[in-house]
Amino acid sequence: MGKHRQGYFPKKYFFVFLLPTLLAFAVSFVIPFILGIYLSFTEFTTVTDGRWVGLQNYISAFSGDSGFLDALLFTVRFTVVSTVTVNVIAFFLALALTRGKKGTNFFRTVFFMPNLIGGIVLGYIWQLIINGVLSYFGVDITYSAEYGFWGLVILTNWQLIGYMMIIYIAGINNIPGEIVEAAKIDGASPFGMLRYITIPTVMPSVTICLFLTLTNSFKMFDQNLALTGGAPGRESSMLALDIYKTFYGRVGEEGVGQAKAVIFFVIVALIALIQLRLTDRNKKDGKKR
Amino acid sequence: MTVRIKKAMLNILFYSVVIFAAAAFIAPIIIVFYNSFKGRLYITSSPFSLPDTETFSGIQNYINGVRRTGFFSAFGYSFFITVLSVAVIVLLCSMTAWYLVRQRGKLSKGIYYAFVFSMIVPFQMVMFTMSKVANILGLDNPLGIVIIYLGFGSGLSVFMFYGFAKSIPMEIEEAATIDGCGPISMFFKVIFPMLRPIATTVAILNAMWIWNDYLLPYLVIGNNYRTIPIAVQYLEGGYGSRDIGALMALLVLSVIPIVIFYLAAQKQIVKGVVAGAVKG
Repeated sequence: MGKHRQGYFPKKYFFVFLLPTLLAFAVSFVIPFILGIYLSFTEFTTVTDGRWVGLQNYISAFSGDSGFLDALLFTVRFTVVSTVTVNVIAFFLALALTRGKKGTNFFRTVFFMPNLIGGIVLGYIWQLIINGVLSYFGVDITYSAEYGFWGLVILTNWQLIGYMMIIYIAGINNIPGEIVEAAKIDGASPFGMLRYITIPTVMPSVTICLFLTLTNSFKMFDQNLALTGGAPGRESSMLALDIYKTFYGRVGEEGVGQAKAVIFFVIVALIALIQLRLTDRNKKDGKKR
Repeated sequence: MTVRIKKAMLNILFYSVVIFAAAAFIAPIIIVFYNSFKGRLYITSSPFSLPDTETFSGIQNYINGVRRTGFFSAFGYSFFITVLSVAVIVLLCSMTAWYLVRQRGKLSKGIYYAFVFSMIVPFQMVMFTMSKVANILGLDNPLGIVIIYLGFGSGLSVFMFYGFAKSIPMEIEEAATIDGCGPISMFFKVIFPMLRPIATTVAILNAMWIWNDYLLPYLVIGNNYRTIPIAVQYLEGGYGSRDIGALMALLVLSVIPIVIFYLAAQKQIVKGVVAGAVKG
């Protein structure tokens, strides 16, 4: 009874169950999102005075002195390096911490904790450490964009390794005990176990962790703002910071900022689509098996 | 014998690697902690040395930091906004999700996909327009920002509640209807108690995000009300001479509540974060 009936609720309950969330969602997301797309084709200083300029903002965004392409390059390079380092280290820590050794819980607790600290605070903690080390060489982190780059990589590793490690641990603990036993009886070497049992069975966790690190790194803002603020100049600015500075750093560039934001959104959406495809395929493969 | 030696060697290798890594993870916080008790000039000149009788400055940094940023009121705002937003998100998003699951039809599906879609949109896409809209509607105060957080948090939260609510068997609700339960009492007496595990996860994920959030509150209420991240950034980005001593003190004060929260609810936090990652 009732399963295929559309009107499960009498009409008035729409106002109780759905409307409050929907209004808040419209005010903080739907309206700003649509307005944002529209304004990216206009010149404006506030949301009500847009003047249509066509693709001009997009052309300006890609022009040499807008800093957008430099920021994109910096962001991509940073994302690739930190995704690889975070996941490799997190995976091996997870392997080490799933052997039932004493103190395992304590170590898991320690590795996971930085993940709970906010980006601004993280940025200033590492600014002290990195500037402290660099002070022996008479420079600081704003001396070169390369310092900022590696500073961000170290910070990201510190923040995300514990998080990814926990997901890998959950994946490794899901490996059925019988398979491990059977492999041991068959005389599998530790390396063979890793290659043919551990890695294939934790593949779904690998996909999750890779994309989590990837999107987290790609969208990073707070850490970037606190650690280097984009210095020197804007050479260590990532995309999110570059967009922020276009909006609020220079007067009259709001339209260009919004165009950059739309491009940023499109890239992030593409990454999400690829992830969805891969996860779906993983699920189907799993069913076939 | 050789097996035992091999085992011992492996143990030594394991502990030296893991202990080294753990030390590297704790060190930054320890260094910030003891620097917060040093005079500010000594922090820049010798950042890694422990405080001694010459460099020790007592709690002067804490006094300066708290005074310059109004840290305690920042803590109050952060606490108020986080607790209220999380409560509102958990209550309203679970209601919404259950409604969308049961009220079949194209409209429900469309609304659900709009929520899911919002999860992949980066904040920069809407930050300018959202803060202007919030300003026009008079939401630029600690109470109004709760509505903004409800809107931004609803994507992930509705998505997670929806996945869970779908698995609630219809028979339970039918039995409750026969017993004379209306939708509202059904939700509070039957549905919400069943959603409890996922509600904990949703609460933790949102609490971590809102407590640490910087840019959204900075753009919406930052001029009049400072939350903790805004206070920290204000100290650094603000005018006047840079006071690194006060900064160290503020960093310590910001980390303490997080550590307490983590140690108190570690199991739920870890579980929640893993569940959120796997779903998201």
